[in-house]
Amino acid sequence: MTILHGVSFSVAAGEAVAVVGVSGSGKSTLLALMAGLDTPSSGGVRIAGQDLFALDEDGRAALRGRSMGFVFQSFQLLAAMTALENVMVPLELAGADGGRDKAAALLQRVGLSERLHHYPKQLSGGEQQRVAIARAFATSPSILLADEPTGNLDAATGAQVIDLMFELNRERNTTLVLVTHDETLSARCGRVIRLAAGTLQA
Amino acid sequence: MTPLHELRMALRLLLRDLRAGELTLIAIAVVIAVAGVTTVGFFTDRVQLALNRQANQLLGADLVIAQDRALPAELVQEAQRRQLGVTQMLRFPSMAVRGDKNVLADIKVVAAGYPLRGEVRIADKLYAADRRAQGIPAPGTVWADERILSRLAVAVGDKISIGNKGLQISAVLTQEPDAAIGFINAGPRVMLNEADLAATGLVQTGSRLRYRLQIAGSAEAVDSYRGWLGARLQPGQRIEGIRDARPEIRSALERAEKFLNIAALVSVLLAATAIALAARRFLQRHLDACAMLRCLGAGQGQLMRMYLLHFTVLGAAASLIGCIAGALAQQALAYWLGSVVAVELPRPGWLPAAQGMVTGLALLLSFALPPIVALGRVPTLRVLRRDLGTPGARGATGYALGYAVITGMIFWKASDPRLGAYVVLGFSGAMLVAGALAWLLLKGVSGLRNRGISWRFGIANLRRRPLGTVIQVIALGLGLMALLTLTLIRNDLIGAWQASLPPEAPNRFLVNIQDDQVAQLQRFFAARNVAAPQMHPMIRGRLVSVNGRKVGESEFADERARRQIAREFNLSWAASLPKDNRIVSGRWWSAANAPREQFSMEEGVAQRLGIKVGDRLTFDIAGSPVTATVTSLRKVDWDSFNVNFFLIAPPGLLDGQPVSYVTSFYLPPRHNDLLNALVQQFPNLLVIDVAQIMAQVQIMMTQVSKAVQFVFLFTLLAGLVVFYAAMASTQDERIQQAAVMRTLGASRAQLTRAHLAEFAVIGALAGLVAAAGASGLGFVLAVKVLNLSYNFSPLAWVAGVALGSAGIALAGHLGTRRVLSTPPMLVLRELG
Repeated sequence: MTILHGVSFSVAAGEAVAVVGVSGSGKSTLLALMAGLDTPSSGGVRIAGQDLFALDEDGRAALRGRSMGFVFQSFQLLAAMTALENVMVPLELAGADGGRDKAAALLQRVGLSERLHHYPKQLSGGEQQRVAIARAFATSPSILLADEPTGNLDAATGAQVIDLMFELNRERNTTLVLVTHDETLSARCGRVIRLAAGTLQA
Repeated sequence: MTPLHELRMALRLLLRDLRAGELTLIAIAVVIAVAGVTTVGFFTDRVQLALNRQANQLLGADLVIAQDRALPAELVQEAQRRQLGVTQMLRFPSMAVRGDKNVLADIKVVAAGYPLRGEVRIADKLYAADRRAQGIPAPGTVWADERILSRLAVAVGDKISIGNKGLQISAVLTQEPDAAIGFINAGPRVMLNEADLAATGLVQTGSRLRYRLQIAGSAEAVDSYRGWLGARLQPGQRIEGIRDARPEIRSALERAEKFLNIAALVSVLLAATAIALAARRFLQRHLDACAMLRCLGAGQGQLMRMYLLHFTVLGAAASLIGCIAGALAQQALAYWLGSVVAVELPRPGWLPAAQGMVTGLALLLSFALPPIVALGRVPTLRVLRRDLGTPGARGATGYALGYAVITGMIFWKASDPRLGAYVVLGFSGAMLVAGALAWLLLKGVSGLRNRGISWRFGIANLRRRPLGTVIQVIALGLGLMALLTLTLIRNDLIGAWQASLPPEAPNRFLVNIQDDQVAQLQRFFAARNVAAPQMHPMIRGRLVSVNGRKVGESEFADERARRQIAREFNLSWAASLPKDNRIVSGRWWSAANAPREQFSMEEGVAQRLGIKVGDRLTFDIAGSPVTATVTSLRKVDWDSFNVNFFLIAPPGLLDGQPVSYVTSFYLPPRHNDLLNALVQQFPNLLVIDVAQIMAQVQIMMTQVSKAVQFVFLFTLLAGLVVFYAAMASTQDERIQQAAVMRTLGASRAQLTRAHLAEFAVIGALAGLVAAAGASGLGFVLAVKVLNLSYNFSPLAWVAGVALGSAGIALAGHLGTRRVLSTPPMLVLRELG
């Protein structure tokens, strides 16, 4: 079964792009391919000139670790680790030094300096997503991939979290690809890519 | 729905769950528990059956009267008057000698008519075909068994000496009805005609003679004779009928059976834990389906009945497989232990299988019931709102039935309320201690969190569910502890015991030395420049009354006490306290003119017989009573291998009684010429080779621990199932974790390391718990049971941690390989 067909586009460095479409239009699959989380039956993805699928699974993981940050609808924090440890994970995976200080600084930046040693289940949904945002920016990635980041949050909390994400994105001049079906969210991005039944709409 | 429909539906559900692998761990846990229990059941059943079938054969008659002295002629005359078959038999140990070789033989003196039941088989030469013997050895000849022939290097036709008499071997003895003790082989056998007994000169003071009057006839005649005998039975005379054959073996077997059964229950306990864990997961994964079924019109009762059927069928099938596994395992055990059991074992009965089925079903249903009830009560609304949660997860109270069933099983297997209570308390206490230890250790390893991502991840996982981790650590710890105790700690104890023996501890006992031989023996040793050992006088007497009240063996429940009363005590006299003895209460006589009517008694035997300082004991010594007061209790260091006595009197009290002497000495290796000369010159002496006896004891200990080890294999397996069951309940979270980690850039190697770290820590903690438990057990055994000082073995700790961490890292890795290949894509989807 073909989920995406004839989808071709490029995103410039520092650009913010929204991918929109109804449920089942292939948005998540597109995001997965862009992140190298899944492999296409044909076609390719280039990140800063590097062919993603010329790399093996570990190679793609390393590339993600170096240059991509992620924010998911269901937060995807590690339940066994504290907020601080969650933010440290990508730093440690990349073998960076001083992870603890950097992670603490980021958590302070997202307004959770009082919550460093709390476990995810002790945090509210909004707080969890803030931890996820801090984690996404921990390795100073050049690309941020976000999948329905407000999907599991109420409107007010969602708005705060999104403001924070855009703020950080601007500060760090990160390339943003945001998957959403929320039109007000997509309106905040520089460009909108519409998907329907697995193909690009004009 | 009709019951038939319900059954069909239950079976369909069962098949579906089996295919989906939802029940694999539950089934394996039941199989292991049942296999452990039935292995022990089948094996002990076979030994019991063999014992029953052999009872008649073992006696060689329908009724046997045994005594340590010649039996009164009256008994024989009465049996003859009643037209019963009668024959007398006498057994005693003696040296059999040929040239420069000698062996301690079990001599059996038989008379015409022997055997009354069963058959004696002989062969014309070693390993030739045997035939039924007609009669008994002719005067001047003996029949000897293979062990005599090989150890003395003689053949049929050669002469050997028994005491003062040379006798020709006329046949190889291959089978005799009242052979040995049936299961433990007796010494090498020589069968002798009673006509030659006097010429051997071996019936002397102090000889260990066992007379047996064998009687056979119709059941009524034997019963009536037994009735006649009842009133006339004197102290020291024992009746053995078919129903009371071999009481000492029977009770030893019962003790062994109890012990093995309780050992098997450890695996049942772990299996129960695994079932409880797996059943909980089963519940969580089936709530949605059940809510849906209720939406579609299934009633609460209907759902419960269906799942009850589902689990009953599962339990029956798994128990059946467990029984089959147990049947195979006991066969392997019987083969492995081959030499313990001297007789061919019959096939086991069906009872152990039935017990296995009951065990398996009771175990599964009692621990699966709380989830079944919960499944039945699932709110229909859950179809719309998944967060309605789990109904009726009432924690500990839900498992009350399970606790009750396990406790019941323990009492059943212990078949003694006191022992049962001890075991239940012991189990609970051990669990609590192990749990507390595991919990503290878990706190302690937090420091490892700062040693990089793999450790942080692994430790974080462990601490996320402290209860699950603690259960895993206890379960694996128990399995490892059993292993460590039976290998390292056992070797340690044997080593410590051997090291505690003085290097030149006596290794030979000389028994049966006659009064006039004492001086000759001393000259014998002096002529060979061997320090003459101290000769201890020995007088045999039966305890007949305490404080004027007659004592009988029936008053004592303790097996050893009964035997002690039935047999004769060895009494001695001494002026000064023997050097391996310590007075623990009362006073030793000091002055030469101290009153003569005193006894000093060994502490252990006094305790068994309930005798205290101040009690007046009367002994029957060769027909005359000797009475004296117990004035002291002694603690004896039996491990010194010096001659020691339960009862010692001051010089004078026992003067004029029939006496023989005993001594022990150290025979240096390569001095067998001394032994040969000794036996040649004093043919009536018995030389008991302590080293050989110790070697036999060690072989028996090894075999017993092999049997226990075998049973504890099931414990180890059950521990692993608990580990996997606890791990299975975290599987969904692990998959999510792996996907997140992969997305964040973790390589497969990094994930593998994190998992290995986690499992290695569980294994290491289990190893620590196991080492602590095994060392504690070793300490208690050494100090309380064996009276040794105990050195904690660092090896047990090293081995426990190394074995635990490596083994569990591997086992855990095998169990989570699937998680490692999780496609990171999963992060984008909701996990169900």
